Amino acid sequence: MRRLRLLALLPLLAALGGCKFEVLAPTGDIAAQQRDLLVVSVLLMLLIIIPVMALTAFFAWKYRQANTEARYEPEWHHSTQLELVIWAAPLLIIICLGAMTWMGTHLLDPYRPLDRIGSRTVVAAEDKPLVVNVVALDWKWLFIYPEQGIATVNELAVPVDRPIHFQITSSTVMNAFYVPTLAGMIYAMPAMKTQLHAVANQRVESRGFSANYSGAGFSKMFFAFRAMSDSEFGAWVREAKGSTESLTRQAYLELEKPSEAVPATFFNEVDPTLFDAILNLCVEPGKMCMKDMMAIDAKGGAGLESATASLLPLLHDKHARRGTVIGGAPSYVVGICTPEELATALTLSAADTPAAASRRADSAPVSGAGLPIPGFSPALLPAFTSPLLPTSEADIGPRRPSNS
Amino acid sequence: MTESPIVVPNFFFGRFNLEAIPYHEPILVMTFIGVAIGGAAVLGALTYFRLWGYLWREWFTSVDHKKIGIMYMVLGLIMFLRGFADAIMMRLQQALAFGGSEGYLPAHHYDQVFSAHGVIMIFFAAMPFVTGLMNYVVPLQIGARDVSFPFLNNFSFWMTVSGAALVMTSLFVGEFAQTGWLAYPPLSGIAYSPYVGVDYYIWALQIAGVGTTLSGINLICTIVKMRAPGMDMMKMPIFTWTSLCTNVLIVASFPILTATLALLTADRYIGTNFFTNDLGGNPMMYVNLIWIWGHPEVYILILPAFGIFSEVTSTFSGKKLFGYTSMVYATVVITILSYLVWLHHFFTMGSGASVNSFFGITTMIISIPTGAKMFNWLFTMYRGRIRFELPMMYTVAFMLIFVIGGMTGVMLAVPPADFVLHNSLFLIAHFHNVIIGGVVFGVFAGIAFWWPKAFGFKLDPFWGKMSFWFWVVGFFFAFMPLYVLGLMGVTRRLRVFDDPSLHIWFIIAAFGAVLIACGIGSFIIQIGVSILRRDKLRDTTGDPWNARTLEWATSSPPPDYNFAFTPVVHDSDAWWDMKQRGYVRPLSGFKPIHMPKNSGTGPILAGISFVLGFALIWYIWWLAAVSFVALLAVAIHHTFNYNRDFDIPAEDVVRTEEERTRLLAAQVNA
Amino acid sequence: MSTTVTATSEAPVFYEVDEHPHPEGHSTALGFWIYLMSDCLIFAILFATFGVLGGNYAAGPGPRDLFDLNLVALNTTMLLLSSITYGFAMLAMDKERVKATQVWLVITALFGLAFLSIELYEFHHMIAEGAGPQRSAFLSAFFTLVGTHGLHVTFGIIWLVTLLVQVQKRGLVTANKRRLMCLSMFWHFLDVVWIGVFTFVYLLGMLR
Repeated sequence: MRRLRLLALLPLLAALGGCKFEVLAPTGDIAAQQRDLLVVSVLLMLLIIIPVMALTAFFAWKYRQANTEARYEPEWHHSTQLELVIWAAPLLIIICLGAMTWMGTHLLDPYRPLDRIGSRTVVAAEDKPLVVNVVALDWKWLFIYPEQGIATVNELAVPVDRPIHFQITSSTVMNAFYVPTLAGMIYAMPAMKTQLHAVANQRVESRGFSANYSGAGFSKMFFAFRAMSDSEFGAWVREAKGSTESLTRQAYLELEKPSEAVPATFFNEVDPTLFDAILNLCVEPGKMCMKDMMAIDAKGGAGLESATASLLPLLHDKHARRGTVIGGAPSYVVGICTPEELATALTLSAADTPAAASRRADSAPVSGAGLPIPGFSPALLPAFTSPLLPTSEADIGPRRPSNS
Repeated sequence: MTESPIVVPNFFFGRFNLEAIPYHEPILVMTFIGVAIGGAAVLGALTYFRLWGYLWREWFTSVDHKKIGIMYMVLGLIMFLRGFADAIMMRLQQALAFGGSEGYLPAHHYDQVFSAHGVIMIFFAAMPFVTGLMNYVVPLQIGARDVSFPFLNNFSFWMTVSGAALVMTSLFVGEFAQTGWLAYPPLSGIAYSPYVGVDYYIWALQIAGVGTTLSGINLICTIVKMRAPGMDMMKMPIFTWTSLCTNVLIVASFPILTATLALLTADRYIGTNFFTNDLGGNPMMYVNLIWIWGHPEVYILILPAFGIFSEVTSTFSGKKLFGYTSMVYATVVITILSYLVWLHHFFTMGSGASVNSFFGITTMIISIPTGAKMFNWLFTMYRGRIRFELPMMYTVAFMLIFVIGGMTGVMLAVPPADFVLHNSLFLIAHFHNVIIGGVVFGVFAGIAFWWPKAFGFKLDPFWGKMSFWFWVVGFFFAFMPLYVLGLMGVTRRLRVFDDPSLHIWFIIAAFGAVLIACGIGSFIIQIGVSILRRDKLRDTTGDPWNARTLEWATSSPPPDYNFAFTPVVHDSDAWWDMKQRGYVRPLSGFKPIHMPKNSGTGPILAGISFVLGFALIWYIWWLAAVSFVALLAVAIHHTFNYNRDFDIPAEDVVRTEEERTRLLAAQVNA
Repeated sequence: MSTTVTATSEAPVFYEVDEHPHPEGHSTALGFWIYLMSDCLIFAILFATFGVLGGNYAAGPGPRDLFDLNLVALNTTMLLLSSITYGFAMLAMDKERVKATQVWLVITALFGLAFLSIELYEFHHMIAEGAGPQRSAFLSAFFTLVGTHGLHVTFGIIWLVTLLVQVQKRGLVTANKRRLMCLSMFWHFLDVVWIGVFTFVYLLGMLR
């Protein structure tokens, strides 16, 4: 691999000086392995590409019409041996590449926790990764550090050589979280959580951005990426702690509104339930969380009565985001005045009315039942909120993106 | 208009109002003035020379596959110019917008430009080119008089025109989508794209999609049912084979696009929840569905190009195609495999490692039959006598350029590598590499190859070579920098940049685009010069290239009925075989020939579809209802016409054939 | 190899002296069949969509709250009967009996209309209960799948009426027979799709 890395530098020499080939010169172990795979696959393919190109040029020259010396066999059109070679040669290369792909894809699965932070350094079992919750907003990035209790906008700092576990979502539309020097990209999607495990091996100041077009402000949706030593990281956290702003739900709703080219901002305190609420589309007061809705669905729905209930607690962005006019607001009977009453009514009809309960095979209370409505309880009250928090990595609520 | 307005619809005009006309955007106003003057000049000339009746009778209502094929090519060329104008605008914006400069395009405009570029180039430039060539050539290659359903062919063409017209309308009335060419929700949903842009996108593609699907069915039936006696499947010319596979792909993939867009339409118009964030919708499903159509679409474009290169290589090498059978099997294998790879367009969506590697490996497997094809062309050249006419030059350029694109494609098929290159300019460079090197060069090779067949004179070689070199050199200048930029971590669809080290590469790419513009200019000059010098370039033999397949057995241009007598085929290179074995052209015994009649229903139905689409886009419900009823009424009325054929009298056939005899004799004497 | 062929004494035939017959409509059956397969793909996508979204009730009503199997069974009967009567129409057509063909066609159309009416009643009932296509992804997928089938039946009836008029005007000429045959394929195709809807949406929905 060492030699391959040198090869990877070749384009650097060929290109004009001063270019930053971030993809080919990463500073993180994951990106480095991805780069190696890239280089090996190119070399493998060049085994066949170069002969084909050379033969094309050679045959085109040799058998030109003017060259009457060359043999001309107008009826020659079949050769079993040749056919065998032209099918087998690509096949062999694809077998090698395929094996490499299978292994590489599994080893570098972004969802897989790291077992090494460099080609020689193994991660100790007791080392906990640094968790960073990433939210793609219209058109900026929010990073929440649950362990440190801080949050930043458009600036991502990580300590060198510590595994990082990104949990990624988006507030509105699809984006992709990508720091070329650190690791590959992964989509950020609303109401869904994607993950990325990565590590930075060198102190570096570079940048990350959205790699999936997301609307008018997309071009300026980048953030500073800073990998620093442990002590520098400690200082950076203290700097963030020194900020005067705190990221409450109210502050988030303000932040979430579309804006472009937002300068780096720090928050000294974060509502610990915030990321979960963002993920479940229920930051706004009175909204039902996605996971509660899905829990009700898993029980077979909320019964016929729920059809006439107001849809407002379930609507996140429909008819609201960017001022659509068609259809107007949903015309359902609103028979309930406050969101609390509504939620109670909804959950009641889902599980607690005798009719509904007896109708279903599984009459255990649904997990969404009796939950406080986020935002209506004091947001930072731990006693109230802690039962809500997911206790394990098992994703409660939003689905893991899956295409299988 | 710097962003989409919010309009409350009224009864008569729906969402339409004067705000919808972008009269405050100087670029669009200038374009509009240009188009208006040019359009008025063309319309005026047509009126002055009294050509309307001629055009309507002889072209617009024609059910002749040859004329429809030519009309497809004209449509493709016009839309290609529009799509290229978008490309130049993007290159210019990206070359200018550095160091704090915002360039000259605001986001609202720039985002429309790149969306329109993709949609137009794929649906309204590449597809008409490919369909046009298939329409023109396939019936001639299989020795048929027309396609299976000639009226449907005309209707399909006009539906494609109708879709293209809607896209063009969006330039001056309202806006186009600002979503990228595949319009992923939730961004393309009503919540995030409330104005007309995405609706233009949807209805243009739906209307054109009807045409594409029907023309696919038509050509499958033609190839299956109308082959000349003796031409069994393994004696079909390779271009016919690739056309068959392409049309199978069309019929088996365009309904998926139709259904997917219909679901997006329901989300936007009725308020359903297929792809929304709310109420249980799932945007990832759209991404899957659209690529289940989208990946076969790529092969719909490239397979016919492969067919053209096969015909060209064997003709200009003066040799039978090497490995006909393996070529056929390779084509069929590609056709099937193209349905098993769609997920490689979104490895980064978080599928598990096993799913990703499955789709990565199937993608690589496609490179095996493709590689086999490459070798087949190579060994067709081996021990041949290669004449470097324009089509052959394009073929050699294709072979050299396409392998680079193939290699970068396989790089992108390795999921961990894709994680660092996905959506980057590397990806853009890759697919332009295969589409320009493959499809565009294939189409140009096809045009140069079959032009003399269609019009009776060759294309001017000097301007053709100019165009060729501008294209090839321009391609390298325009897209190699994008490979470099992709490796520097630059993503697609960006409007402004602040890293000065990128600047030089965008300037090189812009220069490449200028070279390509010269290539396109040379191509148009080539056509003009050739028409002026047509007497010098005249082909009276019907077989100017000493070619091999049946289309060269008839005159150039072919008579309405293609062949006075249905040919009997003994070999996959039927015409070559006939020439080798002393075929003598029959000079007597002509009979009346049964042919389909022209019909104006196609253009009328397509025109109503355009109005229907426009009404739906602007929420003008009364007009939508009226045009929908009209559509049904005209279609039903058409079915009451039972008198759809006529006979070309034997005397006319005799006259046409005697004229050809005279020309051929003049050729021999001269 | 051409050399071997020329070695034989007989001169090869390179063209047909008589007009090669390609009668009008000779590939209509194949073409229509391919069209049906493309339509089948549209339904496949709608079924797949229902498969993905069918459990997303969005804290709203589920299939067991909404479906009335008795009604659906009645509806299914209507459509199946209409297929049988269409079969009788085709038998009558083969025996060149114009009147009988028309009568059976009218009966088919009436069964089709009955099917549509019951479906519309079901839709109306659900929407009135607040369970319209906007309520949840499950309902969106349900209305779209069932509604698309209903739309096909509607166009089938319009086509059938058109053919009735044409048979009245011209009798059972070849073109009309061909058209009746195409509509027959279309009608039976819709029947098959409905069997899928009945099983996959209604029966399995009740078991969910």
